[in-house]
Amino acid sequence: MHMSEGVLSAPVLGAGAALTVGGLAVGLRFMDNRRVPEVAVVASALFVASLIRFPVGPASVHLTLNGLAGILLGWMAFPAVFVALALQALLFQFGGFTTLGANTTVMALPAVVASYTCRRMLRAGGKTLSIIAGAIAGAIGVAGGVVLIALALVSTEESFKGLSMAFVAVHVPVLAVESAITAIVVAFLWKVKPELLGINGGINGDKGRGGILKSD
Amino acid sequence: MHLEEFAEGSSPLHRMDPRVKFLAAGPFLVLTALAGGLAAPAYALVVSIVLAVLAGLDPLKLGVRMLVVNVFVAVVWVFLPFSMQGEAAFSIGPFVASRQGVIYALQITLKTNAIVLATIAVYGTTEAMSLAHALVHLRAPVKLVYLFFYFYRYVSVLHEEYTRLREAMRVRCFHSRVSKHSYTTFANLIGMLIVRSFERSERVYEAMLCRGFHGHFPVIGHFHLHRVDYVMGTLLAVASAGVVAIRMTGL
Repeated sequence: MHMSEGVLSAPVLGAGAALTVGGLAVGLRFMDNRRVPEVAVVASALFVASLIRFPVGPASVHLTLNGLAGILLGWMAFPAVFVALALQALLFQFGGFTTLGANTTVMALPAVVASYTCRRMLRAGGKTLSIIAGAIAGAIGVAGGVVLIALALVSTEESFKGLSMAFVAVHVPVLAVESAITAIVVAFLWKVKPELLGINGGINGDKGRGGILKSD
Repeated sequence: MHLEEFAEGSSPLHRMDPRVKFLAAGPFLVLTALAGGLAAPAYALVVSIVLAVLAGLDPLKLGVRMLVVNVFVAVVWVFLPFSMQGEAAFSIGPFVASRQGVIYALQITLKTNAIVLATIAVYGTTEAMSLAHALVHLRAPVKLVYLFFYFYRYVSVLHEEYTRLREAMRVRCFHSRVSKHSYTTFANLIGMLIVRSFERSERVYEAMLCRGFHGHFPVIGHFHLHRVDYVMGTLLAVASAGVVAIRMTGL
């Protein structure tokens, strides 16, 4: 999910850039040296997974996976989304250099909201509760992103209302698929590697992994 | 995954110092994004075409990229002329397009193409690692640059991992369709990818510690400015000034 170059107005681009700088500052504070490769490699996994095409009726959709990024990375979703979009902007020219701030906010802000919304449910540790948290996070990720894009377009120019409404409408099936998939991914992680969900430390947890190799 | 389609070559833009690219082309892109009217965006598109010609980009590959970008532009043309208020320009059936809407859609078309073309010509012609290296020299937050570096390094690795998992699924006769089984399989695939990526990152960090990593990479190579950098830097600065000048004259 991203907005193209050359569309948004100066105030919208400025607001996006300012929010991104703030989010990056908080995210980088959470990301100590040990976590840099963690965040990078998990972010590249999410990036690769977001390229998968899911069949929906006769068409197919891509997932945004920002809700899942929120669960796994918390505030560090900001730097993770930022580098992913920067690479896309520099190499594929999807999104772009001048819209980097706005597009990072669109993806990462809902991720942070999802992380705060679901944190307590995940910490509680039950399987059903975790799956529900996953479904909620997936829904928040898509809905938040879609709403932010619609807001950005309409604040740029009121005539974008029609376009924004069409954009929201086509994302309803995406929201359903994303929510279901995020829930199943969380169920999988709950079984296989629960520490990733912040239940016992992990990337997002507060206890940390410790161990002899912990250097800082 | 082939990520750097345009990075090989010996054009002035390929030889340019990446630091100069950030300092000189950054303002041009931002000014173009902020430009109003039609004259400044049209001028910016001309500059971008000149840059693309200078970079000697493969027309076929470039065409494919530009086509993808213009899909969005096409959507804008479907909606904008008809939803904007103003004097009528033309009508299709019951829908009346306004002059203002057409001008605005044209402005977006020019700006989008100008920015994307310039981005490919300027940044696409340098390897991502050199861009990251230049960012370190330009005092960007080091952790962010390292994150970019690792992300770039491991995207292709994980894409291979993904391809392997998909092949394993194909061997077992998996067909993607709308069904609970299909979705669960995909979700487990994503979960597996995340678990493997996390475990890989642990090994990466441990290997880094074994090699004495303590928070930063030594930067061995340094950039030096050559004549091409002064020439291209000046050209880009003049091009940026042109965008401002056209706006000032009020066209």
